[in-house]
Amino acid sequence: MSILQALDIGLAVLVLAVAAWTIFAREAFAAVVAFVAYGLLLSLVWVRLFAVDVALTEAAIGSGVTGVLLIGAAGRLRQAKKSAASEQPSKPLRVWAFVLCVLVTLALAVVVLSLPDPAPTLAPEAAQNLAGTGLGNPITGVLLAFRSFDTMLEKVVLVLAVVGVWSLASDRYWGGAPGTSRSAEPEGTRALLAQLLPPLGILIGVHIVWVGADEPGGAFQGGAILAAMWMITMMARLTEMPPISSVWLRLALISGPAVFVAIGVAGIAMAGGFFAYPAGFAKPLILFIEGFMTLSIAVTLPILVGGPPQRLPRR
Amino acid sequence: MTLVLDIFSIIAICAGTFFFFAGTVGLLRFPDSLSRLHALTKADNVGLGLIVLGLLPLTESLLASLKLVATWALIQLASATTAQLIARALRRSGQVP
Repeated sequence: MSILQALDIGLAVLVLAVAAWTIFAREAFAAVVAFVAYGLLLSLVWVRLFAVDVALTEAAIGSGVTGVLLIGAAGRLRQAKKSAASEQPSKPLRVWAFVLCVLVTLALAVVVLSLPDPAPTLAPEAAQNLAGTGLGNPITGVLLAFRSFDTMLEKVVLVLAVVGVWSLASDRYWGGAPGTSRSAEPEGTRALLAQLLPPLGILIGVHIVWVGADEPGGAFQGGAILAAMWMITMMARLTEMPPISSVWLRLALISGPAVFVAIGVAGIAMAGGFFAYPAGFAKPLILFIEGFMTLSIAVTLPILVGGPPQRLPRR
Repeated sequence: MTLVLDIFSIIAICAGTFFFFAGTVGLLRFPDSLSRLHALTKADNVGLGLIVLGLLPLTESLLASLKLVATWALIQLASATTAQLIARALRRSGQVP
């Protein structure tokens, strides 16, 4: 057994142990911390599987943004806990939940183990036709050329998620802003980080989107980094959430899917097919779409973390 | 020359690993939260710095070396901030005088 194999087995054991910790942790906050560690370890697993694009997404979205969302949720649950303490599920209900979870896990295991070996793959076809898109990164080719419709629908799902969060707003706050007001004093330590990090973070985010055409990276990973920079400045109270009635905010939210659909529909007239790119223009069009998608993602994620509006709208 | 650089790399990385080890022991053994935090942040910063130092001669280009140093600097910034925030949260919750 080589050293790398031993390290891989160690990594796998560690991932399983942290996953178990996430489930068995008594407190919501401890479970979230374990979940973030789990996500970071999982991105190392993806690196070892030579899937750097997936590793970047897992670290940025699966661990980073989801971690912030869950910490916020755990904080809100803690405030609500006093009233919910009597609502512990009964023992039979918990046993049933356990049995159902085990059944789902077993079913998943059976499905995965019964997959044909070698697994059916379209990878050779994708690699063969990649030259037609002018891209160097096959992942970006699949996401934005071969399966662009799926990617567009993913972005629509993000907008639907924002609609879902906003629909939790109470009537009097509708049109107001989420989060705390900027009038509160900025917090020293966080303010320092929020002033030092964003210049570099914005550069790295844009860089990751730009190199995504030819190397691991892309709109989702870069957009998540840009979103993180905006979130840091808001957590330090240097900036505040815009009111949800703001027109530029709504335009930014839908710009990604809107531009994507517009170019997809234009494909019918220009290239003879829904979501077809005219020959020779694939790469510039894909970069154009990715630009707006990055904007959408960078705005959507902080808005999801911000939650429903909690301040009265300005009249 | 390569031999000297390789020996330098090995010594620096081993020293860095030792600092991580010491930090982990401190995290597990120290009695209170503030000393545990101290063990973690100090050991990690020096340990990671030594590992980056040891990796520098092994990089293929100047850009790759700069990226390594930038990674170290960003982690310094993040861990210093996090340590401050955790310490402040501890103080606010009344666990530390």
